Amino acid sequence: MGAGRLYAAVAAGGFRRYATYRAATAAGVFTNTVFGLILVYTYLALWDVRPHLGGYDRAQAVTYVWLGQALLSTLAIGGGGVEDELMERIRTGDIAVDLYRPADLQLWWLAADVGRAMFQMLGRGVVPFLFGALFFPVALPTDPVTWAAFVGTVLSAMLVSFALRFLVALSAFWLLDGTGMVQMASLAGIFCSGMLLPLNVFPGALGEVVRVLPWSSLLQAPADVLLGRADPLGTYAFQLAWAVALLALGRLLQTLATRRVVVQGG
Amino acid sequence: MGGSRDRTDGGDSRTDGCGAAGSGSGGSRPVDGRGTGGNRPAGGPGSGGSRVADGLRAYRLIAGMWLRSTMAYRASFIMTTIGNFAVTALDFVAILLMFSRVDALGGYTLPEIAFLYGLSGVSFGLADLAIGSMDRLGRRVRDGTLDTLLVRPAPVLAQIAADRFALRRLGRVTQGALVLGYAFATLDVHWTALKVLLVPVMVVSGWAIFCAVFVAGAAFQFAAQDASEVQNAFTYGGTTLLQYPPTVFAKELVRGVTFVLPLAFVNWLPATYVLGRPYPLGLPRWTAFASPLVAAVCCALAGLAWRAGLRSYRSTGS
Amino acid sequence: MELDDGPGGEPRTGVAPGEESAGRPGERPGEGLSEAPDRKPGEGFIELDRVEKVFDVRKRTGFLRRERRQVRAVDGISFRVARGEMVGYIGPNGAGKSTTIKMLTGILTPSGGRLRVAGIDPARERTRLAQRIGVVFGQRTTLWWDLPLIDSYRLMHRMYRIPDARYRENLDRCVELLELADLLDVPVRQLSLGQRMRGDIAAALLHDPDVLYLDEPTIGLDVISKAKVRAFLKDLNAERGTTVLLTTHDLQDIEQLCSRVMVIDHGRLMYDGALAGLHAAGGSERVLVVDLERELPPIEVPPARVVRVEGPRQWLAFPAAESAAPLVARIADRCPLVDLSVREPDIEAVIARMYAQGATGGAERTAS
Repeated sequence: MGAGRLYAAVAAGGFRRYATYRAATAAGVFTNTVFGLILVYTYLALWDVRPHLGGYDRAQAVTYVWLGQALLSTLAIGGGGVEDELMERIRTGDIAVDLYRPADLQLWWLAADVGRAMFQMLGRGVVPFLFGALFFPVALPTDPVTWAAFVGTVLSAMLVSFALRFLVALSAFWLLDGTGMVQMASLAGIFCSGMLLPLNVFPGALGEVVRVLPWSSLLQAPADVLLGRADPLGTYAFQLAWAVALLALGRLLQTLATRRVVVQGG
Repeated sequence: MGGSRDRTDGGDSRTDGCGAAGSGSGGSRPVDGRGTGGNRPAGGPGSGGSRVADGLRAYRLIAGMWLRSTMAYRASFIMTTIGNFAVTALDFVAILLMFSRVDALGGYTLPEIAFLYGLSGVSFGLADLAIGSMDRLGRRVRDGTLDTLLVRPAPVLAQIAADRFALRRLGRVTQGALVLGYAFATLDVHWTALKVLLVPVMVVSGWAIFCAVFVAGAAFQFAAQDASEVQNAFTYGGTTLLQYPPTVFAKELVRGVTFVLPLAFVNWLPATYVLGRPYPLGLPRWTAFASPLVAAVCCALAGLAWRAGLRSYRSTGS
Repeated sequence: MELDDGPGGEPRTGVAPGEESAGRPGERPGEGLSEAPDRKPGEGFIELDRVEKVFDVRKRTGFLRRERRQVRAVDGISFRVARGEMVGYIGPNGAGKSTTIKMLTGILTPSGGRLRVAGIDPARERTRLAQRIGVVFGQRTTLWWDLPLIDSYRLMHRMYRIPDARYRENLDRCVELLELADLLDVPVRQLSLGQRMRGDIAAALLHDPDVLYLDEPTIGLDVISKAKVRAFLKDLNAERGTTVLLTTHDLQDIEQLCSRVMVIDHGRLMYDGALAGLHAAGGSERVLVVDLERELPPIEVPPARVVRVEGPRQWLAFPAAESAAPLVARIADRCPLVDLSVREPDIEAVIARMYAQGATGGAERTAS
C-alpha cells in the first residue's frame, strides 16, 4: 500500500512536470497535426493505387496515421521520455543518490514515465487524433469493448516502450557517450514501430521480422486492435511477453550497474 | 515520422557556453581610450552594405568557434553526423517501402520523386546547416543569454544565426545529395541547358526560402518563447511535404504552400518544368522560373519580421 | 544581469517615501569631485535625465483570462556619473537595477527620458556603443565552455577589431593582474567559479572599454577570489580611469570599491551619495558580538545597546556610521573579553530601514 502510494505520487509528479509547459504542448499539438496532414495525403495516394494494401482500407489507413501522431510522443517512439534525464543522472553521477533511495530504481522511473506518457497522451495526442477524425474519413469502432481493449494495448505499449528506453538509459553506465545508443534506439523505434509505414505493408521477410520485434507493440499492436484486425488477448500476450522479458533484462543490467557504482564508491 | 523528428537529430547535451561575439563598428580606434564621445569613426551600423559585411564576418567567426568546440568531442561528432544522415534517410526508406508495393505515387515514378526529394533535402539541409539553431532563440530569451549578444558590436541576427553551428547537419545534405544523384542517374528526362541551369537555381532559391522560414520562426519566438516546435512544422514539416509530388496533396494545401507560405517554389514548380509535368493549380509556365524572386521577397519579409521581433524584445525585455 | 528584474518585477505599491526629492535627485554632492578630476560641472560621462521604462505585463488571472497592467520598472531616474568614477548601484531584487543597466548598455530602449553614455544614445547606436563598454554578467559567462580560455580572448580580439599590439598589451596586463597565466590553455568548463569570473572580467576589458558594467561580480566567490577581483577593479579604476558601475548584494564590495553608491527601489533613486551617508540615512546598525569570560549583566556603553544575551555572549547594536574601535576599547576596559566580531548590516536591511524612517530619504539631503 505504502509503496503503491509512493509510485502513484511519482507518476503524478511526472504528469505535472510535463503539464507546466503549456505553450510547448500547444506547439507540439500543432506540429503533430501538420505532420499528420502530410502523412495522411501520402498514405491516401498509396492506397489509391493499392486499395487494400496490408489489409487496410482507406479509412483504416487514415486512422492509422492519426493514431501514430497521437502515440508518437505518448510512447516516446523516437526518444524523448524520462530516459534523457536518467542518462544525465548516470553521466553526472547523481544516480548514486537514487540508488540509496528506499525505492526501486526501475519502478521509480517507470512510474515517472507513465505519468509523462499520460500527460503526453491527453495533452498532445488527443487533439491531433480528434482533428483527424473530424476532417478525414476514419474507421473507428462503435463497440465500447473494442475501445476498452484498445486502451489496454496502449497501457501495455507504455510498459514495452519504457522497458526499451530504460535499457538505452542504462547503457550510459558502460558507455562514456550515450549519443550513439540514443540515436540507434531512435532509428529502431521509428522504423520498427510502424511509424514510417504500417508494418503489414513492409515487404516479405523484412515485414515478418519487424512484426515480431518488441517495437511492433508500440504502434502496430494498438492500431490493429483499434481497427478490429487483431485479437486483443493475443495482442496482450505478445506485448506483455516483451514487457516482462525487457523489464527483466533491465533489472539484470540494473543489478550489474548498481554493483559497479557501489564498487566505484558512488 | 512526426513532429519530434528533430530530437533525433543528434543534439548534443553539453552545457552551452553561450559564446557570443561581434565585429567592430569601424576601422581604427584611437590609442587613447580617454577621448570624448565623438572621436571614433562611425562605421558599421550606418550603411546597409557594411552591416551585411559585418554580419557575415561575425557569423564566420562565431561559427568557427562552434566548429572548434565540436572538435573537442570528435567521436561524438562523427556519431551524430552518421545519426543525422541515418535519421533523415528514414524518410527515403519510407518512400522505398511504398515503391516496393506500387510503381507510381500520385502519378510520379520513383526517380521523379527522388528528384523532388533530393532537391528538398539539399536545399533544406543547407539552410539547416547554415542557421538551423535559430530555433533556440526562445530559450535564449527565457534564460537571458540573448542579452550577452546584444552588448557585442555585431548584428544580433548574425550572432543568433551562427549559434551552435553544427557541421553534423552535413549528414542531411549528404543524404539529400545522394538521392539527387540517384535521380539524375535514373531520370528519363531530355536535359536542355535551361533545365540543367534550373537545378542550381532551385537549390539556392530553396535554401534562401527555408532560411527565411527559419528567421521568421525565430522572430515569432520573441513573442512565444516556448513555441519552437511550431517552427518545426514549417521547417521539418515543409521539407517532408516537398519530398512528395504536389499531386498527392489536397488543392487547398497546395494553394497554401504556393500563395501563403511559398514552399512550392523550392522545388515543386521548377521541377514541374524539368520533369515536363502539368503545373499544379493550373499555374502559368513562368512560375517555374520565379523561385529567385520569391526567395528574395521571402527574405525581405523575414528580415522585417526579425526587426519587429527584436524591437519588441528591446522594448519589453521579454 | 538578472532577468527577473524586468517586467516580472514587484508591482509598485502605494506611497514611495521621498516622492518629491527622490524623483529628481539632481547632482551628487560636492565631495565626490575629488575623485573625478576631469569632470566639468553639469557634464557627466553617463547621463540620465528622467529616464523611464514602462512594461506592459500580462498576467494570467484565470484559465483563459488575462489581465494587462503597466509596471513602471524605472520611474524617472536622473543621475550623472563622471569619467573615472566607481559607483555602486544597489537595490532589492525587482527594484529596477537590471532594467537601468540594460538601458545603459543598449539592450533595452527607454520608454521616456534622455540617456547618454559617452555621448552615445545606447538604444540608437547599440553596436557603436558596444565598442566603448565592457559588460560582465555575474552568473552568465560569455566565455566558450568547451574551448581553452585563450580562444575566447582571440575571438574578442577579432570581433572588436582590436589592434594587435593593443590586444597583446591588454591581455598581458589582465593575465598578470588576474593571475590567468596557468589558466589560458584550460577549457572554460574546467575552471572554478572564481577563475571563470576573472576570465570573464578580462574578456570584457580587452578592447579598452571606457565604462565597465559589472553585475554581481563577486557572487558565489570564495574570500580569496573576492579579494582578487576587488583589488583588480580598484587598480583598473585608478590606473586606467575606467568608469565602473557595479550592482551587488555585498556591502563589502561597495565599501572597498565605491566612493559613491546609488540605491534604487520601486524604480526610483532613493539615495545617491557616500556609503557612510547611506548608513546614516537608513539609521542602520552594525552588531558587535562579544564573548565574555563569564556571564555578566548587559554591558552599558551608549550609544550601543544590548539586543541579545546568551550566556557569556552578548550582542550590541550601534550606528553603522560609527567606528567600532572606541566601543571595543570601552568594553575591554570594563569586562573580561575573550573574543569579538562585527556583523555588517546587509543592503536589504539598510534599505528596509530607509523605508521605516519615512519620508526623510531625499537624495540631496541625506547625502550631505
